[in-house]
Amino acid sequence: MTVPEMVTTSQLTAQDRRDHVLARLGYRRMDHRVEPGLYRLGRPDRSSPVFVSANYALSFDALRSALSGLDAFILVLDTKGVNVWCAAGKGTFGTDELVERVEATGLKDLVDHRRLVLPQLGAPGVAAHEVKRRTGFVVEYGPVRASDIPAYLRSGATEEMRQVRFPLRDRAVLVPVEVKNVGLMAIAATVVLYLLGGTVPALAALTAALAGTALFPLLLPLLPTKDFTSKGLVLGDLVAVPFALYYLATSPGWVGGVYAIGTVLLMAPAVAYLALNFTGCSTYASRTGVRREIFRYIPVLVAMALSGLVMVAATAVGTSMGWL
Amino acid sequence: MTLDIPMVTAEAADRNALNTLSFRPSRCVNCGRCWEVCPHRVFAPGEKRARLAAPERCMECGACQRNCPTGAVAVDSGVGCAAAMIKAALTGSKEVTCGPDCCR
Repeated sequence: MTVPEMVTTSQLTAQDRRDHVLARLGYRRMDHRVEPGLYRLGRPDRSSPVFVSANYALSFDALRSALSGLDAFILVLDTKGVNVWCAAGKGTFGTDELVERVEATGLKDLVDHRRLVLPQLGAPGVAAHEVKRRTGFVVEYGPVRASDIPAYLRSGATEEMRQVRFPLRDRAVLVPVEVKNVGLMAIAATVVLYLLGGTVPALAALTAALAGTALFPLLLPLLPTKDFTSKGLVLGDLVAVPFALYYLATSPGWVGGVYAIGTVLLMAPAVAYLALNFTGCSTYASRTGVRREIFRYIPVLVAMALSGLVMVAATAVGTSMGWL
Repeated sequence: MTLDIPMVTAEAADRNALNTLSFRPSRCVNCGRCWEVCPHRVFAPGEKRARLAAPERCMECGACQRNCPTGAVAVDSGVGCAAAMIKAALTGSKEVTCGPDCCR
């Protein structure tokens, strides 16, 4: 059975770029897909290379735009609209899907060679030796980043090309989705605190939400300590300082002190919890490490937040009722 | 009375305390796949066998294990995502990974 091939180019249109922006904003996250199957880029012949990608628009577009000026085949696997690395972890960018896709597209009859170039980050899902045994095609893992492909084709992979990093740019593009994910919760908390305590508590909630979702990814390597949660606690303490100082300066005597401490005890664990939840977005957190962090810090965060809540609530109720 | 005999496997595996990665050099055929696929350069090429160069950098993605043709590498692979683990714990479901259900 041979499925007719599709045609693509290495040019990204204005519509592609709009789609990228929407994907980065988290708008209909699972709907940025391309049709799985075999694509012709340029005018590939029987000796042209075959690149394998996922059917997430950002993955496919990164690949095809990196192949500018080249004639090649692109084999798109059905990863349900998920990027290469995450799909490989899940197994949808996997051995079975690749083998089936190679057979369904009749790739053997289109090229004389028996080589498939896969993104290196597809490796958690694909057993190269099994693909060879089942299809005859040798899997060659290309670089981590599609933009390195031209250099890779010229002179092979360097150590740098094989390494995943997490530079500012890669962290910054995640911020909109992070903010969006806590958006409703943050707005609700801000409104509730505004009704209960006025502008300053509302601002504190908003600050904690933005610190955990926007500042934290941006500042990640600059924050001291090693794990995510303690980095989050450090950042949470820092952003709580202005609020603590405000209460010390405006509320009389011990009441200001209690509000100041209570604010830190509430803001720091909130930011730390959001920081802990960023582990899955990072490029280096291991399951063992994250599990350890959860067991080590969640009880601490809950204890901090509860004691902060009791301190602030008791003082607020007590002073307003004239008991204290 | 319990017999306090340590578990001994037929061949020793290089393990480490930080994660679940282990490597049995005796099974390695030096095909080079592990250091080709590792995104954190945990493995390095060696003369006769691959070398476990920096096990502490392992993120348990499982690429090396999946691509090792002789089973010399073992790792309990999974996604290091607190959001997924906490969600799974709260809903009592199996640990979720990235994909359609991620972060939603």
